[in-house]
Amino acid sequence: MAQVEKFHYDNAIVRNFAYATMIWGLVGMLVGLIIALQLIFPQLNLGIAEVSYGRLRPLHTNAVIFAFVGNGIFTGVYYSLQRLLKARMFSKVLSNFHFWGWQAIIVAAALTLPLGLTSLHEYAELEWPIDLAIALVWIGFGINMFGTILKRRENHLYVAIWFYIATWVTVTVLHVGNNLELPVSAFKSYPVFAGVQDALIQWWYGHNAVAFFLTTPYLGLMYYFLPKAANRPVYSYKLSIIHFWALIFIYIWAGPHHLLYTSLPDWAQSLGTVFSVMLIAPSWGGMLNGLLTLRGAWDRVRQDPILKFMVVAVTAYGMSTFEGPMLSLKSVNAISHFTDWTIGHVHIGALGWNGFLTFGMLYWLIPRLFSTKLYSEKLANTHFWIGTLGIMFYAIPLYWAGWTQSLMWKEFTPDGFLKYGNFLETVTQILPMYAMRVVGGTYIWPEISLWYTIWSRRSAPARSLATKQPKRLHWLARMACTKANTGTAGWKEGLFKCFYLRP
Amino acid sequence: MLLLATIAILIGGIIEIFPMVMIESNVPRIESVKPYTPLELAGRDMYIREGCVGCHSQMVRPFRSETERYGEYSKSGEYIYDRPFLWGSKRTGPDLQRVGGKYPDSWHFNHMLEPQSISPGSIMPPYPWMIRDELSLDLLPKKIKALRTLGTPYPEGYEQIAIADAQKQAERVAGRLKKDGIEMDGLEKKEIIAMIAYLQRLGTDIKPKAQATK
Repeated sequence: MAQVEKFHYDNAIVRNFAYATMIWGLVGMLVGLIIALQLIFPQLNLGIAEVSYGRLRPLHTNAVIFAFVGNGIFTGVYYSLQRLLKARMFSKVLSNFHFWGWQAIIVAAALTLPLGLTSLHEYAELEWPIDLAIALVWIGFGINMFGTILKRRENHLYVAIWFYIATWVTVTVLHVGNNLELPVSAFKSYPVFAGVQDALIQWWYGHNAVAFFLTTPYLGLMYYFLPKAANRPVYSYKLSIIHFWALIFIYIWAGPHHLLYTSLPDWAQSLGTVFSVMLIAPSWGGMLNGLLTLRGAWDRVRQDPILKFMVVAVTAYGMSTFEGPMLSLKSVNAISHFTDWTIGHVHIGALGWNGFLTFGMLYWLIPRLFSTKLYSEKLANTHFWIGTLGIMFYAIPLYWAGWTQSLMWKEFTPDGFLKYGNFLETVTQILPMYAMRVVGGTYIWPEISLWYTIWSRRSAPARSLATKQPKRLHWLARMACTKANTGTAGWKEGLFKCFYLRP
Repeated sequence: MLLLATIAILIGGIIEIFPMVMIESNVPRIESVKPYTPLELAGRDMYIREGCVGCHSQMVRPFRSETERYGEYSKSGEYIYDRPFLWGSKRTGPDLQRVGGKYPDSWHFNHMLEPQSISPGSIMPPYPWMIRDELSLDLLPKKIKALRTLGTPYPEGYEQIAIADAQKQAERVAGRLKKDGIEMDGLEKKEIIAMIAYLQRLGTDIKPKAQATK
């Protein structure tokens, strides 16, 4: 006789990662705001080494990439993986190890980077003991993910999971490859390779941190949450698979475009450029697949803040993946490299693609995780609009600043002298743009509305009781329920009914 | 799936990185490029600690607008002892690859203490702690040893005289500062001395004229 199998998804771990995403998002962006202010008011380091620009900048990038986006990835992965595989996470212990390990690493980063303990490889600044911890936690995550995949109840692996798998594999390889270093003391090490070789390896890592930490996992999230939020199937499943393979194969080559016109040998520069240009195809494949998934649902985009966030996110992805190949052309790079154009470019990706997809996902998830309704659509809409304005105020001045400064660097007088021989002139010229960029920091504040949404759940059970059957009961309610159900079969049955069956 | 994905992501990296690391002609050697002295190494590690690379590149691209501004464009052979490389990716301040010998030591001293006093309107933050704090040389022997293990040609046993060597060079830098009127107790023991030694070394290995710091 067929038996009904019962299992439960682990939502607690998803909630934890969601909290962490929101906390670190705020922290990481506030540090960004501080260093943006320091660029206008250099005295803002107050003569204190630990809060000077050079030390805080890596803290900002690490906090946003690995703490905010990282926890965002895990929130989405732990939620979607269980549902796509129809299985609870493989191991509760590993889930918790992953969660607390990752948070501990972030705290360690927040302590060591201001102390100047850094191996300096961009986005891999953490020193070797923390690198080892990252490897350990990452492996724990891997075992947990693959364990869940092995015990799945669903035969087919949905494409989102392919993206998660590629993420895990590649980040493992990159992390090990870029952190080959010889320790000198507990917090100082030297990389195995030097100079040009070190540069190539760093940007093989650096670019693919963008690819496999900020892009592939988020594409996975897009493929799960966008169809869910829009209530539409993915536009083309075939396209998603083709662009998956193309994307992961091509991305890994693109690193040298960070080193154009440097002393990296020309053959490597050319390879980087060629593959970067090719990247536009699989990148736009993903973007179009996302946007076309909304066909027939565009009327809802006008009302639903979640879809608004997601549409802008996917559009920002398309914009920055158009810009990326363009910036990889040597002639464009000659202008853009070393300027604020690059900074504007990454923030379209980080604020638009990663930030907005995270917010969209969280607004969709939180009511589901807490069995309630969105506290206020209006608040979410306000968040969306202020955030969008924030992105504009951030990016446009920086594009402007980048262009202006680069052209000034390159301008000659008719007699053949540099027109702006004093570098400083080209800096003071763009200070107004730096000030405008600080205004773009308004992006940060409406995030508080996410917290509001969570706090509001306190009144949620009452509200949902009035309308429908309660899905989630407070443990006190469960205790009361147990007491009432403790009949002839004893308290065990009561416990079972009220805790395990989740009335 | 896992295997195929792994293969797909390995190919590009292997084709780019392996030849770069294994074929010597990719990084032509330059006879005059020598390892950093212990004091310069200490200064370099301070440059790393402060994250100077966040605003200053060390890579002069082969454009006339850059060679005019900074000097000779950068060669890959100049960086063979750079662990890690410090090319940077943003120029909020000017490139520093050829800054060695460009200004007197006292310029750097005053500039690190208060950049605006030298360059009015500059947005570089002040670094008063480099002038306040004493330089720690304790790790130098270990550093020299580690770098030799990785291939930097420091002679055998050099780690034993590294500290003394650094102190000697520090006294020379401090002496020059004193000549320019910078008086301070224990000046030769301050962090700033190592920073100046490093900055004055930068890019000078392939400069035709005699170096200011040696």
